[in-house]
Amino acid sequence: MSALTSNQPRNIRNERLLTIWGRLKTPFFYTLLVFWGLVCLSPLYFTLVYSLKPVANAYIPPIWWPTPFTFDNYRTVFESFDLFPRWLYNSAFIAVTVTILRVLFCAMAGYAFARIEFPLKNFLFTALLVSMMMPSVVTLIPKFLIIGPGFIKGGIDVGPFHIPTGFNLIDRLGGVILPTAIEAFGVFMMTQFYKSFPRELEEAAMMDGSGRWSAFFRVVLPVSQTQLITLALLTFQGEWNRFMEPLVILRSPENFTLPLGLQWFRGEYYTLYSVILAGSLFNTIPILILFFLFQRYFIRGIATSGSKEG
Amino acid sequence: MQAKFSRKKITEAVTGYLFLSPWLFVFIVFSAFSLGYALYLSFTDYNLLKPPVWWGWEGYARVFDNDLFLTKALPNTFKYVLIVVPIQTAISLVLAFAMDQNLRFRKFFRTVFYLPSVTSSVVISLIFVWLFAPQGIFNQITSLTINWLDDPKYAFYVIMGMNIFTTSGTLMLIFLSGLQDISPAIYEAAQIDGADPIQIFFKVTIPMLRPVIFFVVTVGVIGCFQVFDQIFVMTKGGPLDSTTTLTYLIYKWAFRDTTIKMGQASALAVILTLIILVVTFVQRRVIEGSGSTTQ
Repeated sequence: MSALTSNQPRNIRNERLLTIWGRLKTPFFYTLLVFWGLVCLSPLYFTLVYSLKPVANAYIPPIWWPTPFTFDNYRTVFESFDLFPRWLYNSAFIAVTVTILRVLFCAMAGYAFARIEFPLKNFLFTALLVSMMMPSVVTLIPKFLIIGPGFIKGGIDVGPFHIPTGFNLIDRLGGVILPTAIEAFGVFMMTQFYKSFPRELEEAAMMDGSGRWSAFFRVVLPVSQTQLITLALLTFQGEWNRFMEPLVILRSPENFTLPLGLQWFRGEYYTLYSVILAGSLFNTIPILILFFLFQRYFIRGIATSGSKEG
Repeated sequence: MQAKFSRKKITEAVTGYLFLSPWLFVFIVFSAFSLGYALYLSFTDYNLLKPPVWWGWEGYARVFDNDLFLTKALPNTFKYVLIVVPIQTAISLVLAFAMDQNLRFRKFFRTVFYLPSVTSSVVISLIFVWLFAPQGIFNQITSLTINWLDDPKYAFYVIMGMNIFTTSGTLMLIFLSGLQDISPAIYEAAQIDGADPIQIFFKVTIPMLRPVIFFVVTVGVIGCFQVFDQIFVMTKGGPLDSTTTLTYLIYKWAFRDTTIKMGQASALAVILTLIILVVTFVQRRVIEGSGSTTQ
């Protein structure tokens, strides 16, 4: 009782603050959401507006509406400048190939870690976790050497045999694909998934006399669809936007990916900024479409990446 | 029977390794061997033209003797991490908290907030170069006449602001799923005990979120220490090296300088890795040590 009375002045002040907060809370949060929403939308909106204005108007108001209106920049992207379609193709080729390979390989490796008994399993799983935490920049130089000229330049001669120590894939799309065809986080994600996955289905399939492989391809893969789609989308987004590795591996403009190409184009034709804006939308819009179609999966993938570590 | 059993075991092991083979190949070649080779290279003089020559700690000594490293790249990188990580964590936490209220149009806002995160770093950088040009839209709206990216006073902050803007969406989603994982029973218990919303936020929500906060800060720290794409596109480390970071310096030494210094660049890459390891470890201690443990 005495504790209550002595606390009363403070409580009354708190009460008052709380009623004010209770009343202001909702408008405050709405203002915040609307403000940040506008911040998020504006770069994309301005890009769209100015990509529809003539090249000469790249810095000229009005900023809110495309007047004078023209499709010329898009025409330039596809008709006058034949490298753009090429870059789009390269980007799509790399992203699609890596996505297919990575989903398959990560599922295979994850399944092995979760289900199959083999020697050194725990050691290899620890190695996987360590490689997940390794900053990618530390292996940038060796990766470049192994993909390209080799870690021993010119290879090793053993008697009559000549052993190259690099893949000789500099300036080829394969050089970007090879080291990213599988990646530790995906393996980890699939391992966790298969660990929590009921054994009965595949065991029933294996009882029928089919081996691990056919059980994996006929039963396990189809049932893990949701997880695979999530991994596929995150992979596609990452590879479609990747910059640093293609930058050191791809050298000639016709082999560039779209991000590399846009960056190079800016260096060569910096006065044509409206064309860059139009071209950049070809990088953004495919991902946006994927995002709108599969939003659920994107959000699931990102959300699980957080809770798994915790 | 015994023989059959062990044969079965061997088949199982072989199958296991076959399933694992694509990962094993990439792991051995591009992670394990690459890491070892990076360590080896860091002790050599290597310019791609001649084979690497062992020179012990010379590469490291040269890194620590290098003005660009000491006065620009190292302080810039720490400044970048110390500014970007707290701000992006705070903004995404506040946004997630707002999204966790029972407001309308939540799904719409969630989509909009995530948009900057799906855009490629190069594209968003190109857009920002244009927005922050001397006659760009930003100056038009604010009636300023600052040459943002050519001025050493401002360029780095524009890049920081842009990265806070692009990563907050992803981090917000991580926080949001963390918030939604907190059981309503805990909030009810706190309310019955007479806690007000502010007390609930600091005494219940934040401690319950600690693992997620740790994850978001770790991801942020590791990402920020390696910031590269945006700097390459927007400023190439300039003006006056004011935006040169450690990763950009590694790239510059290994691939861009007139005399290629792969050995010295590898030494810097090893140093950067150690810095990231130490900072992550310290930060784990700080986040786990602050306040009482709840889980």
